[in-house]
Amino acid sequence: MQPLNRHANRAGRRDPAPSRWSYRMQRLWLTPVFRVLFRFGLPVFVVFGAIGLYLQDDTRRAALAQTFIDLREDFQARPEFRVSLVSIEGASPELADAIRARLNLTLPQSSFDIDLAAARARIEDLDAVEVAELKVRTGGVLQVDITERTPVMLWRTADRIDMLDAGGFRVASLTARSDRPDLPLIAGEGADVAADEAMAILAAASPLEARIRGLVRMGARRWDIVLDRDQRILLPAENPVAAVERLLALDQVQDILARDIAAIDLRIAARPVLRLTPHAQLQIRRAQGLEPPESEL
Amino acid sequence: MTDLYQTQRAMRNMRRAAMQRGVIAILDIGTTKIACLVLRFDGPALTDSDQVGPMAGQSAFRVIGAATTRSRGVRFGEIAQMNETEKAIRTVAQAAQKMANVRVDHVIACFSGADPRSYGLAGDLDLEDSVVTEQDIARVMAACEAPDIGDGRDVLHAQPVNFAIDHRTGLGDPRGQIGNRLACDMHLLSVDGAVVQNLLYCIKRCDLELAGIASSAYVSGVSSLVEDEQELGAACIDMGGGTTGISIFMKKHMIYADSVRMGGDHITSDISKGLQVPLAVAERIKTMNGGVYATGMDDREMIDIRGDSGDWEKDRRQVSRTELIGIMRPRVEEILEETRARLDAAGFESLPSQQIVLTGGGSQIPGLDGLAARILGQRVRLGRPLRVQGLPQATTGPAFSSAVGLCLFAAHPQDEWWDFDIPSDRYAAKPMRKVMKWFKDNW
Repeated sequence: MQPLNRHANRAGRRDPAPSRWSYRMQRLWLTPVFRVLFRFGLPVFVVFGAIGLYLQDDTRRAALAQTFIDLREDFQARPEFRVSLVSIEGASPELADAIRARLNLTLPQSSFDIDLAAARARIEDLDAVEVAELKVRTGGVLQVDITERTPVMLWRTADRIDMLDAGGFRVASLTARSDRPDLPLIAGEGADVAADEAMAILAAASPLEARIRGLVRMGARRWDIVLDRDQRILLPAENPVAAVERLLALDQVQDILARDIAAIDLRIAARPVLRLTPHAQLQIRRAQGLEPPESEL
Repeated sequence: MTDLYQTQRAMRNMRRAAMQRGVIAILDIGTTKIACLVLRFDGPALTDSDQVGPMAGQSAFRVIGAATTRSRGVRFGEIAQMNETEKAIRTVAQAAQKMANVRVDHVIACFSGADPRSYGLAGDLDLEDSVVTEQDIARVMAACEAPDIGDGRDVLHAQPVNFAIDHRTGLGDPRGQIGNRLACDMHLLSVDGAVVQNLLYCIKRCDLELAGIASSAYVSGVSSLVEDEQELGAACIDMGGGTTGISIFMKKHMIYADSVRMGGDHITSDISKGLQVPLAVAERIKTMNGGVYATGMDDREMIDIRGDSGDWEKDRRQVSRTELIGIMRPRVEEILEETRARLDAAGFESLPSQQIVLTGGGSQIPGLDGLAARILGQRVRLGRPLRVQGLPQATTGPAFSSAVGLCLFAAHPQDEWWDFDIPSDRYAAKPMRKVMKWFKDNW
C-alpha cells in the first residue's frame, strides 16, 4: 500500500547538510582578505588589465591621442572663441601702431592660442608703456588697456636726448631739445636714476624757472643747477631741496642771483661759498685799492 | 602518553592563537543534536564594578553565532557514521558562521560518550629547597603514579585537584609556600582513544582545527552548578539523548566523572516500540505529552497518534497519557537508578554536601525532579545553564548546558596537567642518556 500523503512520496528527503564544496566556498567568502580582493581587487585588476591590453598597441594609443587632440582643437576653433580684432585704448596713435606691430598676432585666432601673458610682456617691453592690461572681450575683441608713461623731463647724454618719466624711466628719444621746450632738462651720468630728486629740486626752485637751463648730475652723486648767464648752483648730495630753499631765501633778501656771480656753492650748509666772475673779482679788488684802476684808455 | 601530552599542549597553543584572533567556535556533539556557537572575545573581562562581581569568565566573550541541528550518525555520544556526522557538523558550522558573518577556524569540541573513567592520582616528593617553585609542581605531578588506563585509551582531562605541603592540605596554589614535602592529588579522566580519533578526523574533514576537547559531563557541570555547589560538593547529571553524564564537583574541581549509556533516545525507542509508532512520532509524543507521574486527569487525556500508514484504524489510534507515562517511567527510573549506582560507587554519600543537579534535554520531562528526589536523594534541583552574553533565547534551555559550559571552558579553562612545565630532569633525560650511550659504545 502506498503512503497517502505527498511528503513521504518524495524520493528521500533533501539533505540539509551543505556539500563539502559549498561549505568551503562559504568559508572562503567569509575570509576578509578574499572578500576585499574579490570586491575591490578583482574589478580594479580587470579594468586596468583591459585598459592595458587595449593600449598595448602603438597605433591605438596614437589614435586615442589624436582623437583627443582633434576634439580639443575642434572645440577651440569654435567661432565663440575666435579673436578677430585688437582694440587698444589709452595710447597715442603712434604708440598704438607700435603696440600693434609688437603684438604681432595673426588674426583671426582662437583665444586659447593667444598667450596673453607673453603678449603683455611683449607690450610692456615698450618703453612708452607703463602698464598694459589684456583681456579677451565678448565679440572676439582683444582689449588692450594701456597706461602710457608721461615724460616729465629730458635727459641729455653725450649722443642723444631721452624723455624720462617721473621714475626716471626712458619714454622715448628726441632729436632736438626744441621739440619739447616745456620739459626741464637734466644731464650727467646717473641722472636718470635720481630723476625723482631732480623733480623735487625743480619743484622747489620754481621761482627761478625762467632762469633755469637745467640740472647736471655731478659724479652720479649730487646736483648742480645751471642757470643762464652760466651761473651754477652747487647743491649738496644730501638734502638738496633744503639748500635750494635757503638759496631762494638768500636771493629774496639780497638778490644774490642777479649779481655777477659765477657759482654759488651750497655743498656745506653752514658756509655757502660764492665764486665771482673774473670781472667782478677785478671790480672788488679795484674797490679795495689792490689793483690799479682801469685806464680810461 | 607523551604524544597525547604533546597533542593537548598543541591544542592549548591553538586555543591561545584563537583567543588572539578573537573568534572561536564551540561544538557540542550530542546524540540527538549538534550545537555550534561562535564566540567573539573582545577586550578583557569586566572587572568587578558595583553590580557585577567577578564572573566565571563569561563577561569576556559574546556569542555571535548559534546554530543547532539534528545529530546524525552519533550513537551513545560516539561517532558511529563518520560521513553523516561530518555532514551534521558542516551544517551547524556553516549556519553558525553565517549568523556570525565571520570565518571560524578554531573549534573546541565536547562529546558525551567514549566510556569515561575517573582515576584519582596521588604523588608526593621532597622539596629541594623548601620553597615550592613551578618546577616542583611539575615534578610532583610527574611523580603521580600513572594508573593503567587500559589499552587504546587516552587521557581527556588530568587536573590537579589538591596540593598539600607537609600536613596542610587543600591548597589551590602552593607556589612560593615553604615546607618539606609537597603532595598532589590529581583527577584523571580517560576515554576511549578511537572515539577521540574519530572526532578529530571529522573536525579535520570540516577544515576546522581543534583547539580543545572536553567531556560534556564536565562542561555541563561547569555551566549548571552554581558557585557554592561547585565549592561544597555537588553532582551534575546531564541527561542527554544517548548517554547520561555524571560529574561530581568539589572545591571547584571535578573529582569524578562517569556516564550511563542510556538516555532520552531509549525512552523514545520504548515509546516507539510500546505504541507501535515511528521514532519521529514517538519523539513528538514524548516531548509534547511526556511525564513520569500519572494522575487521574491523565487517564482522560487522550493523545492522538497520527500516522500515515494508510490503515485508517491504525492511524486513528489514541492512547491515554497514563499509558505513555507507564511506558516512560520505568526507563527514567532505570536511568536514575543506574546513575544512583554510579554515584554510590564514586562515594558520593561521603561528600559534605550532596546536591544533585539535573540538566540536559532529558531533565525537561515534567515531574522528573520528584522522581529523581525519590531515587537520588532529597537535594535534587533542575539546573539551567548560566546566562552568557548574546546567546539566543532558543538555546538557553537545559539541553544546551554543555554548549554553554564549553563556552566557559573556552574562556577560562582549568589548569590541566599539560599546562604546567615539563619537569626539567625529564626534559633533559633522553638526550643525556643518548650521549652516555654513545660514549659507552665508542670508548
